[in-house]
Amino acid sequence: MNNSFIQINNISKHFADVKAVDDVSFEIKEGEFFSLLGPSGCGKTTLLRLLAGFEYPTSGNLLIDGTDITALPPDKRPTNMVFQNYAIFPHLNVEKNIQFGLRKLGLSNNEIDKRVKDVLLLVKLEGYEERFSNQLSGGQRQRVALARALVRQPKVLLLDEPLGALDKKLRDEMQLELRTLQKNIGITFVFVTHDQQEAISMSDRVAVMNDGKIQQLSVPNELYKNPENIFVSDFIGETNFLKAETKSSHGEFINVLIEGLGEFKIKNNLNIIANSSDVVCSVRPESMMISKEKSDWDICLDAKICQTSYLGEMTRFYVEAKGIDKIITVSSQHFDNKSFHNNECFVSMSLEDISLLNKK
Amino acid sequence: MNEKNSTLLIYTLLYFGFLYVPVLFLPIFSFNDANYMSFPLAGFTTEHYEEMWSKRNLHKALWASIKVGVVASVVSTTIALFAAKAFARYKFRGKKISYGAIMMPFLIPEIILAVAILVIWVNLGFKLGLVPVTIGHTLFCTPFAMLILLARIEGFDFSLEEASRDLGENAWGTFFRVSFPLYLPGIVAALLLSFIISFDEFILAFFLTGSDATLPMYMWGQMRFVQKLPHVLALGAVIIVFTTFIVLFAFWLRNIGQGKAKKDIAIKL
Repeated sequence: MNNSFIQINNISKHFADVKAVDDVSFEIKEGEFFSLLGPSGCGKTTLLRLLAGFEYPTSGNLLIDGTDITALPPDKRPTNMVFQNYAIFPHLNVEKNIQFGLRKLGLSNNEIDKRVKDVLLLVKLEGYEERFSNQLSGGQRQRVALARALVRQPKVLLLDEPLGALDKKLRDEMQLELRTLQKNIGITFVFVTHDQQEAISMSDRVAVMNDGKIQQLSVPNELYKNPENIFVSDFIGETNFLKAETKSSHGEFINVLIEGLGEFKIKNNLNIIANSSDVVCSVRPESMMISKEKSDWDICLDAKICQTSYLGEMTRFYVEAKGIDKIITVSSQHFDNKSFHNNECFVSMSLEDISLLNKK
Repeated sequence: MNEKNSTLLIYTLLYFGFLYVPVLFLPIFSFNDANYMSFPLAGFTTEHYEEMWSKRNLHKALWASIKVGVVASVVSTTIALFAAKAFARYKFRGKKISYGAIMMPFLIPEIILAVAILVIWVNLGFKLGLVPVTIGHTLFCTPFAMLILLARIEGFDFSLEEASRDLGENAWGTFFRVSFPLYLPGIVAALLLSFIISFDEFILAFFLTGSDATLPMYMWGQMRFVQKLPHVLALGAVIIVFTTFIVLFAFWLRNIGQGKAKKDIAIKL
């Protein structure tokens, strides 16, 4: 397995004054399901288009499998793309769409037929050869786009928010299917999405982007559990930010004064400096507990519920805690809002679920 | 409600009457057995049509008009295609100015355009004839062709072209396998309308033809003699029928294209 199958070296892309991608460097492993995640305008699509060859970088270079592709046009690159709107050729039927990219590969007719048949089987579209784009559902079009790209057996498949246009149920199905497909064929996938849940559930590794820069690159559960900055913490899942300042540092740990909660010793994963007020603490709503009785957790706060929303699999409570001027969100599977007398409750958290982050 | 509808109906009938009744007189009198356009009708005859067929100069003029029309429509549609693609697809410096420059022949009075070309052409020492007429018509048809093509290309999903590049086609392959087939209804519509505009054009031809008359010039020449009027009416009737068919065909082509594009967008949404 080649750990630097795709090398992105100091890539920048400027559009007039806008730095869409700003000096980004990282590597993607061979056979990896890699996601670029971020809000719109973060540069993830530009980065994907740089890999596809639809844009050329302002500076930096790109290598795939040891070959410098920085200056190659799209038709000379070992990549293929699944477009956001699928870009199925409307004047060609499904079969002709899939054959489109095989003409230049110099294959025999038999080989072409075999490849088309195999890929139709792979994406479960047998029997749809004669259909045109406007006779297909969104999910089917997505499969055609996938088949058309995969039939060329690219080294890297680029996917630009391919599930964005599908309804939720179909999207969930396709997530699972794409993931399975990728593991079976072993092609490296670079997947662009703004949906954090999608990125987390499908990918081997995720690069979270914002303002043209990589904010954090790691395996999904690290992003969730150990976000490296306030942006990642906020973007991945939901979180509560609490005002804090650091006091004295003790090796792996640091003393932190959290507003309304008191002073605690917290793990200092990010080597944050002592005596700084430029920090913030983050606690996930689902890592906290809401209860009628006082608990024996590390921190237990008197609180009052101001609002609840029932979400089916869980209920979200918006609570006011003594000494904290911000509404805190707590998620719980165990309670509904009727369980509490006068909306009075206790909110508990353990120290290991509090992460300390730099504000900037 | 009813009253309003009937007012609108009267308005509509008046409008169409005003527009088309004079035009309908042409075919009616072309079958009338008399040299004058006046009621009552004198009787049915196809004599004028027979006379029309027998005129050698008319054949010459028709052929001249077809040559000019074909060249002018092909050249102007080609220019318009490149321009429309550039305007729809790319941002570039001077976009508005060059758009305005192409549209200019729309706004300049045709007679001024004609005189300008005449003066330059003669001063360059060239002879008048079908060549300057063709150049003038190309200039005049290009904005029409571009408007039609722009309507087609502006709604075009350019990711289709990217997809083609991505699937291994170079720029030319992409043009011939993807862009051209999808632009085709627009291209044909632009060709047909440019042809018709050139075929009917009088003022530029009047100044630039010299001795090689185009069809409108021929008709103009015949009008001076009362006894020659009827076969011009017959010719006019034929041209109206022919033009109507071509224009309807062009719009039909344009519409199938756009209907399809709309459907695609609807599905996407």
